Amino acid sequence: MGLEQKLGNMGIVTMSAEKAINWARSNAIWPMLFGLACCAIEMMSTQASHYDMSRFGMELMRASPRQSDLMIVAGRVSRKMAPTLRHLYDQMPDPKWVIAMGDCASCGGVFNNYAVVQGVDEIVPVDVYVAGCPPRPEALIDGILKLQDRIKKEPLTKWN
Amino acid sequence: MESQKKFAMSPSILAELGDAVSETQIFRDEVTLLCPKHRLLEVLQALRDTQQFDMFTFATCVDYYPGEPRFGILYQLYSTTRNIRVRVKVMLSGNDRSVPSACSVYHAANWPEREMYDLFGIHFEGHPDLRRIMMPPGYEGHPLLKENPAKVEEVAFSFNRARAWEDKPHPQE
Amino acid sequence: MAVREPDQQIKESPGSVVSAQDTQMDITLDQLRQLVSPRALSGETMLMNMGPQHPSTHGVLRLLLELDGETVVSCVPDIGFLHTGIEKTAEIKTYTQGIVLTDRIDYLAPLICNLAYVGAVEKLADVDVPLRAQYIRVILAELTRMSSHLVWLGTHALDIGAMSMFLYSFREREMLLDIFEMVSGARMMTSYFRVGGLWRDIPDQFADAVRQVLKLLPQRLLEYEKILKENPIWRERTVGVGVISQADAIAWGMSGPSLRGSGVNYDVRKAMPYSSYDHFDFSVPLGTHGDVYDRYRCRMEEMTQSLKIIEQALNKLPDGPVITDNRKIAPPPKHEIAYSMESLIHHFKLWTEGFRVPVGEVYHAVESGKGEFGVFISSDGSPKPRRIHFRAPSFYNLQALPQMSKGALIADIVGIVGSIDIVLGEVDR
Repeated sequence: MGLEQKLGNMGIVTMSAEKAINWARSNAIWPMLFGLACCAIEMMSTQASHYDMSRFGMELMRASPRQSDLMIVAGRVSRKMAPTLRHLYDQMPDPKWVIAMGDCASCGGVFNNYAVVQGVDEIVPVDVYVAGCPPRPEALIDGILKLQDRIKKEPLTKWN
Repeated sequence: MESQKKFAMSPSILAELGDAVSETQIFRDEVTLLCPKHRLLEVLQALRDTQQFDMFTFATCVDYYPGEPRFGILYQLYSTTRNIRVRVKVMLSGNDRSVPSACSVYHAANWPEREMYDLFGIHFEGHPDLRRIMMPPGYEGHPLLKENPAKVEEVAFSFNRARAWEDKPHPQE
Repeated sequence: MAVREPDQQIKESPGSVVSAQDTQMDITLDQLRQLVSPRALSGETMLMNMGPQHPSTHGVLRLLLELDGETVVSCVPDIGFLHTGIEKTAEIKTYTQGIVLTDRIDYLAPLICNLAYVGAVEKLADVDVPLRAQYIRVILAELTRMSSHLVWLGTHALDIGAMSMFLYSFREREMLLDIFEMVSGARMMTSYFRVGGLWRDIPDQFADAVRQVLKLLPQRLLEYEKILKENPIWRERTVGVGVISQADAIAWGMSGPSLRGSGVNYDVRKAMPYSSYDHFDFSVPLGTHGDVYDRYRCRMEEMTQSLKIIEQALNKLPDGPVITDNRKIAPPPKHEIAYSMESLIHHFKLWTEGFRVPVGEVYHAVESGKGEFGVFISSDGSPKPRRIHFRAPSFYNLQALPQMSKGALIADIVGIVGSIDIVLGEVDR
């Protein structure tokens, strides 16, 4: 089924390195176990039994930034947290991606005040924004699938 | 809501506190005792020891700007044995933002007082650990004062989108 | 768990646009001189930083631990990493708009926060709530309490090492979230209660869905008990850990199951009943030792009591309106606007300006999943409050953490933090 039909007699399959590596990368994204506020609870629901994010190769949440590829900024980022968040982002090995989950992480949401960073894109580059307050688990899964699509299309020259 | 009324404190008990309480306010059956700031600790001590107000519910500050005296420091207490609440209030002028710390009477006043110091700039004399608690240590100013604006960022509509976008900081890789 | 000397400053990351003002976040050892023991200054004990990014601190709590070997000598919590300025934002919202902010304080129990807030505004404006609305509020508040406790159970057990509890408790929580979604349209940020009643009446299938929960949950709770109650590992990790005495718990202003675990009989639902809680028969579970295990027992028993309250409220649910007919507070029904001039004016006034309340200061407390959640409102007579303060139970419960963790082992810190069930959104607000 699938791959083995294309193997032929020699057991070799030919494809571009770009495609192979992107396929591997996109289907084994390790998100960082890093919750901030309300959205973190929905992120937990996404991993838990009902929604089960591991269907998309994402079950392995790592508590250490050095072992993770994806930072899901789940919740509002306060001014006090912002340097820590950037610090964590800097510790993540390349290639790395960021999802801004929820309105607060995307643009500050309802909290347009002195304490909250008006969108986490002021601190780290964001790849996918997921709207909602908080987004439903389906919305987060959709955001992750969008990110996977994006990774699959990433050209070889962009790697660093 | 109605049923909470009957547990309010009756004003007759207050006679025991003597002249340390300058005024008693009752609103929606909640008792507020106003006292001058140099007698605050005395009132709290008496409430704790003789009136069995053993639980510290919360403390906060209200900015009555532009009214004068400008600040009201509130201590809400609860008695687990008598099941009543009382609120002690100290009014502070805008020029003199210091008040004796209640930490020696109630341990639990520690963090709420730090919070008031952080957000309102009220100085608590004799507080064991008066540092900022909510904002980063290097932050300047006291955000909950009325002179500080509540909104920080211009909300982008179609007519000002370009300007709002330019003002927004953007990160580098 | 990053090990770093506390007097070592975090370097500003290259390319970060966070201003220099924001990056001065680290505490220096000099500032902590009076909080740690003198042995830390000579380097005899080790200072260790835990958090703010740590999987077991239930959010962004940072603890500075002074360790002598594996024993905790002192523990200095550093909070404020989720400070949201909700109290400031609430000053520029009308009383109706403010409901939305309260969901985001304790995001594990949004409906209870709604209840506290609308209760305070109702007290301020002196509005009576129809009985049906009060009963529905009770049902939803108790369901919320259970969903809050289920998250606590899952994460607390996960921290201590029982991974499967997390999956089980989130399975049940989905059932409760479906009910919230049914009544309000949102899973978590419900904003369903209004000043004077409810947004709208409950849908027809609500009663069946709640009865389904009433039928299923008792057996599920028994399953949880089977996994944990007599589990030797669980008992080893919880019995006698993080003990706080009755007197200390009161002195530190603790409330909720964390206080009742020490044997203090204080539950706002019983002490000062609100929203017709005095119409229902339920008991308040109490612990005796004040350790992690007793706090766990209290919460588990509380879920059973919640089921009892929900069943009574559902059986006694009266008919009638769900929002007050005071047109100065509650908007008129849609069909009235079409032919009544007064209704149109009221509608217009309410949605453009909001309603005015008398000048005064009130405090209204409810029992949330964590403890006494109270709202203090200072009003200047305008449609927007002068000041709102939220009395967050987790803030005061967390304050007692240094007391509880003194002399504990480093591995037990996670269990103690879990047992007081903090939610950082509420601690920092």
